[in-house]
Amino acid sequence: MADNNFKQQNNLGQDNLGQNQISSEENKNITQEVKDEARRKLLKNTAYATAGIGLACAILPFIDSMNPSKDVQALASIDVDISNIKVGEEKKVMWRGKPIFVKRRTPQEISDAQKVELAELKDPQADSDRVKKGKEEWLITIGICTHLGCVPIGGQGDYKGWFCPCHGSQYDTSARIRKGPAPKNLEIPPYEFINDKTIKIG
Amino acid sequence: MSQNSPYDHDDKKLTPKQEIELFHSIENDVDTSITQTSKLAGWINDRLPIIASLENTLKKHPYPKNLSYWWNFGSIAGIALVIQILSGLFLAMHYVPNTQHAFDSVEHIMRDVNYGWLIRYIHAVGASMFFVALYAHIIRGLYYGSYKAPREILWWIGIIIFLLTMATAFMGYVLPWGQMSFWGATVITNLFSAIPVIGKSIVEWLWGGYSVDNPTLNRFFVLHFLMPFLIVGVVLLHLLALNTAGSNNPTGVPIKTKKDAIPFHPYFTIKDLVGFAVFFLIFGYFLFFYPNALGHPDNYIPANPLVTPTHIVPEWYFLPFYAILRAVPDKLGGVLMMFGAIILLFFLPFLDRSEVRSGAYRPLFKKFFYVFVINFIFLGWLGKSPAEGWYIWASRLTTFYYYAYFLLILPFLPRFEKVLQLPKSVDEHYQESHKKH
Repeated sequence: MADNNFKQQNNLGQDNLGQNQISSEENKNITQEVKDEARRKLLKNTAYATAGIGLACAILPFIDSMNPSKDVQALASIDVDISNIKVGEEKKVMWRGKPIFVKRRTPQEISDAQKVELAELKDPQADSDRVKKGKEEWLITIGICTHLGCVPIGGQGDYKGWFCPCHGSQYDTSARIRKGPAPKNLEIPPYEFINDKTIKIG
Repeated sequence: MSQNSPYDHDDKKLTPKQEIELFHSIENDVDTSITQTSKLAGWINDRLPIIASLENTLKKHPYPKNLSYWWNFGSIAGIALVIQILSGLFLAMHYVPNTQHAFDSVEHIMRDVNYGWLIRYIHAVGASMFFVALYAHIIRGLYYGSYKAPREILWWIGIIIFLLTMATAFMGYVLPWGQMSFWGATVITNLFSAIPVIGKSIVEWLWGGYSVDNPTLNRFFVLHFLMPFLIVGVVLLHLLALNTAGSNNPTGVPIKTKKDAIPFHPYFTIKDLVGFAVFFLIFGYFLFFYPNALGHPDNYIPANPLVTPTHIVPEWYFLPFYAILRAVPDKLGGVLMMFGAIILLFFLPFLDRSEVRSGAYRPLFKKFFYVFVINFIFLGWLGKSPAEGWYIWASRLTTFYYYAYFLLILPFLPRFEKVLQLPKSVDEHYQESHKKH
């Protein structure tokens, strides 16, 4: 590389003494210029890199401004009165703009969910991990199909759980994915029982 | 088995570079000296050479004299874009991008704003008409090999316009905030959740929340307003590339001499006007008699995040791609196949290995091409049918053909195809086709 530069500069001929006869003084000068060239290149690249990083830093706040804002983020929690939900019934409530299914399961539905072998499942999870201990009757899920975000319909499908009308995903009575294109079980939101009649979601 | 030559022995295929050089060496014999005859024009042109470049494009540049009506759809797509921008501008003066008011403001436009119904229907029907023109334009390019060297970049810019237009149309459909708006937006934005690891963050970033909601609507409105102007910019690049590589023509044989060419004005200005007339007739038919025929009735129900419509379908112009999405029984796989169906078009200049450009001289290609077009329309029909029973298998088969056409047929067909002899020049073809009468 340096050699190439050397030849080129020589051919351009600052002080042409002939191809092979260069005084040691000039040789020094040329070597100096080659060095300068390399330095300049480094300086240029450093400047570009700095400008690039600066630009990226400047863009970042704008990209982040499109993320959920603080008021949206604030984990607005809601209290849900569950005293009026009868066995087998499902109540839909809104939490963070999403529908939440509060389902009071029948003994049949509970035992159906508990009987399933984990090996049969696409997204293996035991029913006991999806409900609170001692409150197996209550299944609380985010009512959004994990495929493309539609709201599944309760009490339908081959597994008597939920059926998504959009692309035919089917969930069982523990809201676990059993059939269709959805990859995951219905999500369980963070929630707790305040007392026997009220749950707090969020 | 071996490929026969489509050229006479004394005639050879030009390299892309030679073709471009030849194109630029031809100049129509027309008086183009506005800048010399008008003092004012000359004064302006010396400082800003727009008059000269306009003259160049309209009068000096050679256009093949055998262009058929299939070459009308570019200018038709252009006028459709202008109509969308103008009608959209007036709609934006009355529309409110807020989940509480959006639906009502659209009804306000329909009922209270003077001629609001007309402007909104022009915009809604106009979107469909735009896509009709785009699809026709693309099919023209596919048949006549307009994507081949030296027009690769011209073709790529065209696909970018297609993608930008689809994104713009999708966001526009969300604005009325009806059931299909909301659930269409939910399904389409959720496509990005299929991306491993970062998918969920990307979707929440797109939404500006944890579901499609007010921040989503507001930004979609802003982007829907902005993007048409970006499209105009990319269209100008499309035209610049067109004026550099020159127009293809039904023979695919490059223009070589003045005899092959005519200027754009007045020949194609007048012909484009004929195209516009027919286009506006069809436009008017839908606009005044069936303005809702191409939309979905569910979008007149206000958006409800708690209830998904039993049958979600996108607008008709997305249906073939939607069918590909549903044909694949895997979330990520479906999304990749759907986007891949369009990304594939970028590789087309390298996938089609035939040295003959125009499909008119490729008997075997023609058959596969017609099947491709019918297959694509069938895909669209499947896209609006429920995803069950034999439909699923039919959409898998049609998806397979869509991909096979690009990945198997176009690359390998030339090995078996006996092509027809190409005319020596555009002029020869022109004289031949006009002799019959």
